[in-house]
Amino acid sequence: MNAKPQILPVTMAGVWLKRGDKMVLKEIDCRFEATPTRTIIIGPNGAGKSLFLRVCHGIVAPDRGSVRWAGEADARTLARAQAMVFQRPVLLRRSARGNIDLALKIHGLDAAQRRLRVADALDRTGLTRLAHTPARSLSFGEQQRLALARAVALRPRVLFLDEPTANLDPAAAHLVEDIVSELSDGGVKIIMTSHDLNQARRLAQEVIFLHRGRIKERAPAERFFAGPQNDLARAFLSGELLWWRRRSVYDGVGGKTADEMGIDRP
Amino acid sequence: MDEFWRAMVNAGSLIWRFDGNLWEIIGLSLRVSLTATGIAAFIGLPLGALIALGRFPGRRVLIILFNALMGLPPVVVGLVVYLLLSRSGPFGVFNLLFTPSAMVIAQIILVLPIIVSLSREILETLWQEYHEALRSLAASPWQSLLALLWDGRAMLVTALLAGFGRAVAEVGAVMIVGGNIDHVTRVMTTSITLEASKGNLALALGLGMVLLLLSLSINIAVYGFRYIGGERRTA
Repeated sequence: MNAKPQILPVTMAGVWLKRGDKMVLKEIDCRFEATPTRTIIIGPNGAGKSLFLRVCHGIVAPDRGSVRWAGEADARTLARAQAMVFQRPVLLRRSARGNIDLALKIHGLDAAQRRLRVADALDRTGLTRLAHTPARSLSFGEQQRLALARAVALRPRVLFLDEPTANLDPAAAHLVEDIVSELSDGGVKIIMTSHDLNQARRLAQEVIFLHRGRIKERAPAERFFAGPQNDLARAFLSGELLWWRRRSVYDGVGGKTADEMGIDRP
Repeated sequence: MDEFWRAMVNAGSLIWRFDGNLWEIIGLSLRVSLTATGIAAFIGLPLGALIALGRFPGRRVLIILFNALMGLPPVVVGLVVYLLLSRSGPFGVFNLLFTPSAMVIAQIILVLPIIVSLSREILETLWQEYHEALRSLAASPWQSLLALLWDGRAMLVTALLAGFGRAVAEVGAVMIVGGNIDHVTRVMTTSITLEASKGNLALALGLGMVLLLLSLSINIAVYGFRYIGGERRTA
């Protein structure tokens, strides 16, 4: 079913990323194994979650450090074994099926294969009846499902999802979650960001907690949600992190100094 | 007022009677302007795409230069081309002055900046929108360019028609390099100028009406193209 080369594990080593004069990713050391687990990256706004995904996916190059994939495939083959769904779906000015078809064409599939895959992807995401509708006239939820259908059709080894349900209603969000779970059960590695803790609880098998560009904690989902080791992660789960920031988190909280808590100063 | 209506009736009659002289002038105008627009598109579209997607030193200077050249005065272009093609000029040996080829060259110079600037703007805007998705799909530069050209086709055709509109409506450059020679280099705009100065208002107005009809047909064609291309439904 999946003829893509094995590209995992992927290792991010000493990754730093700068935007303007601000470091947005700092000293990221992270390795994703070949097991098809669902890893969810959580953290407050501005933590660097989306950029973490982009760097790992390869569409943004780090300023320092490296991202290395397994195997000896060239950059193009590597990129073609991955897919990404953006928070705001980027769809081309053509029909729903045209969008999926172009992605498959770029990946070098012939017309007969493309026809089958397009039909399958539209069917799995419940968009068959909208196949010939211009993508940009679909509702936001349908557009996000189409972006997911495009990724599904590519049959990637690794699927990156950047807050794919951020602007969806609960029903549409559940549909997306179901598709993600199904893909993961089918052997696709899922690396996803989310700011929805309930969603993270439902979907995650592993959690990475990111704060101001640093990985503060990485743990199996069950252990993380039962009791995070990191103070900031604990504060985030209990909803206190924003309040801390307002009260000047740099003064420290609960008898601990900011340095003891590992809080980066801006 | 009477004279205006008389001229209008005479103009309509010339068109209706399929006047040979009139249609010869119209034919040459279309041939010169379509050739100029075609060649300018052949050079201008790839150049516009290169400036839109490429990152190289001097890119901003090129953008400003082509934007500024969109407002080139036709008489100045005519004069420069005249000097280049005249017997004592660097290209005098080709004997192109006062031929339709000279008119095509002058119009290419006028149309090229319009096609380069508009296509650059269109493709750059699309690229800003698409580049993350296309990079994520691992599209090659060539595949990305084809996707951009296809998705921007309706807007690019509008850019080409803007160029054609400029070519077919200008008078200064073709008058200087073509010389307005009857049955050789006489086109619609130079004819209108000549006939109006001779007081032959019916023919001048007839040609003016044809120019207006041409402009209207172009707009209908653009609208139809955008409609068929689904631009209205997907915008």
